[in-house]
Amino acid sequence: MVRAYFDNNANTPVLPEILEAMLPALQGAAGNASSIHQRGQAAKAAIEQARAAVADLIGAMPTELVFTSGGTESNNLAIRGVVEEWIRCQTGSASLPHLITSRIEHHAVLNVFEDLERAGHPVTYLAVGSDGRVDRADVAAALRPDTALISVMMANNETGVVQPVAEIGAIARAAKVTFHVDAVQAVGRVAVRVKEIGCDLLSLSGHKIHASMGIGALYVGRRTRLRPQLLGGHHERDRRAGTENVPGIMSLGAAAHLAQASGEPEARRLAGLRNRLEAGILASVPHSGVVGAGQPRVANTSNMYFDGIEGEALVIALDLHGFCVSTGAACSSGAVEPSHVLLAMGMTRRRARSCLRFSLGRQNTVDEVEGFLEILPGLVERLRRLSPVEASTLVQSA
Amino acid sequence: MSEGLPIAVAMSGGVDSSTVAAMLHAAGTPIVGLTMQLWNQRRLAEAPGMGESRTGRCCSLDDVQDARRVAERLRIPYYVVNYEERFERDVVRNFVDQYLAGRTPIPCSLCNTAVKFDQLLTTARQIGAEKVATGHYARVRFNPDSKQYELWRGVDESKDQTFFLWGLTQEQLSRAVFPLGEMCKPAVRARAAALGLAVADKPDSNEICFVPGNDYAAFLEAYAAEQGTALPDTTGDLVTRDGRTVGVHEGIHRFTVGQRKGLGLATQSGAGSTALYVINIDAATRRVTVGEEAALHARELAASGCHWISGKPAAGPFRVEARIRNRHVPAPAWAEPLPGQRLRVCFDEPQRAITPGQSVVLYQGEQVLGGAWIDMRA
Repeated sequence: MVRAYFDNNANTPVLPEILEAMLPALQGAAGNASSIHQRGQAAKAAIEQARAAVADLIGAMPTELVFTSGGTESNNLAIRGVVEEWIRCQTGSASLPHLITSRIEHHAVLNVFEDLERAGHPVTYLAVGSDGRVDRADVAAALRPDTALISVMMANNETGVVQPVAEIGAIARAAKVTFHVDAVQAVGRVAVRVKEIGCDLLSLSGHKIHASMGIGALYVGRRTRLRPQLLGGHHERDRRAGTENVPGIMSLGAAAHLAQASGEPEARRLAGLRNRLEAGILASVPHSGVVGAGQPRVANTSNMYFDGIEGEALVIALDLHGFCVSTGAACSSGAVEPSHVLLAMGMTRRRARSCLRFSLGRQNTVDEVEGFLEILPGLVERLRRLSPVEASTLVQSA
Repeated sequence: MSEGLPIAVAMSGGVDSSTVAAMLHAAGTPIVGLTMQLWNQRRLAEAPGMGESRTGRCCSLDDVQDARRVAERLRIPYYVVNYEERFERDVVRNFVDQYLAGRTPIPCSLCNTAVKFDQLLTTARQIGAEKVATGHYARVRFNPDSKQYELWRGVDESKDQTFFLWGLTQEQLSRAVFPLGEMCKPAVRARAAALGLAVADKPDSNEICFVPGNDYAAFLEAYAAEQGTALPDTTGDLVTRDGRTVGVHEGIHRFTVGQRKGLGLATQSGAGSTALYVINIDAATRRVTVGEEAALHARELAASGCHWISGKPAAGPFRVEARIRNRHVPAPAWAEPLPGQRLRVCFDEPQRAITPGQSVVLYQGEQVLGGAWIDMRA
């Protein structure tokens, strides 16, 4: 029994109207978009409509949108595609170009850079302060004549803290360095305009904005060249081979429409819910606090620490009461590892392990938040009571 | 959640703990399945001798997947909990230090007392369960006269696991549930099959869970390399009991008392020669003493870190049956508790290969009185 699902940064439920939009494609109305016949043409038309909607949402041209299987593929395509193209064009140069990213990126970015680093690329990982933000001065200082790519996320998936991407975009443009933005957690939650950010590439994902899993997109600016990572047919203007995921694309188009039409009032509503949630917890749970408080954050995300507890145990206890929340990043077995984002913010391992992430979505209601606030304080109290070592530490610090 | 406080079942993905979960569930007990993530197999996978093909069983994705499938079949809440930091601190480091000190450690005992019946029990209670059930072959009894919990051997002599459980406290025992203590292994497998568990035929695991292929020397070296420290040089001489140097060895951590293979001594082969065994390992001089089989036998041992199941030391000396290895048949002896949680055990008959680092566990009949860590044979 699920009483409330507060884990929308992991996955959002597909909304009924979005399911409605993708059903025809699942039920056979759409063929293979490469086919000559009418079914194929119908699929092609549906794809282009969705492409226009997604492009419109981020202020891009439809031709600048490449559909992918999701955020991870978009990030891989952007980073590897740009780096490989750069190397291909510098045939005389023996050394591999320098790359810049941050320590708080999602693993779908971080692990790509670490792989490139192992392959011999010099990589700068920008630090963040306790505010959870990249400092644009650090970006400027990290630039080298051979820098080929900067990649910084727009909104952090764990804290919701919004990064100064427009400022970084200005630096990148002045230095003529390609700039990629992982906006998976930002699109649909804050206004994302690629021209205002000044980025060359931008990743987005469907299942974070109530579209289906397995669909995402990469914005590739008109002048940006990248080497495709999947080879095959001439799909997506030779940038991403493979038969289009038509149902997924239609769901993403519908989600983009929804975000365009009501994104702003929804963000205000979610901010209200999030603020009620945080105020309620701060008032009822001693030794708790908001991570990234006072920083610009996406409206739906809250990350809070509960000193003296294991976040993992609190997530399980909450789940047994029907509330879905998350902590840190899950590893392959499903167990929890301390968050690299929180550690990068200078948090102690102990506090990082006590953090929970609440991320709201369109389906969440104020009643769910109030119901959650009735349950949480008692569970935290029980956890603290049964953690003898941790509890004694708290008394000393109180 | 169903009515009543649930029991947390420690699920490893093996047949024993899976059957425990299924049996409790079938009896109508509300349960929560928990799998401990103790060691990341990928950590040392790239080190020499630790290749993927040799990764150990512990916390492998396959085992977690097996446990998860059982939980799905039973439709019980199930979670993987990460105790890697605690396991490394309390079990793995001790394991490494013990070998480098010339001893032969038993990580399973430490894991039981420091992780399974400590941190896992804490988590279980934090999420609303009052007890932890495991697949151990052992029995817990509450004695109404003494008002104490007692630890008894499992009825399946060949599977009894009390050798690894002597460190449990009254508090831990009061919250431990061992449903397999009254059962024999074939009956457990039959029960697992009857309950439709896919793991009913899964082979038993007998190796140290975090050491691939039981190659602990390779593990020690890979772990030290990962920590950025070379293993201390523990190479030295192979000497006979009368002090003659007969060879050199590549590190005391490669030896255990009673070991015969891998000594690299020519005297072992050829007609008329007698087999040589490791008799003693001296960490201070890095000397490994070898000798004939007869020299392995001794009547007395000294141990420390003594723990009594009842919570208080018995007045001694008193008669016990003492076990010095997991599959050792407990042998009649006198046990004498000494100040500072020390213990002296004097066997009626000499025992083979009393090994520092192993446990000595004291029984009276089926009941476990307590145990201690063996320091030396005397």
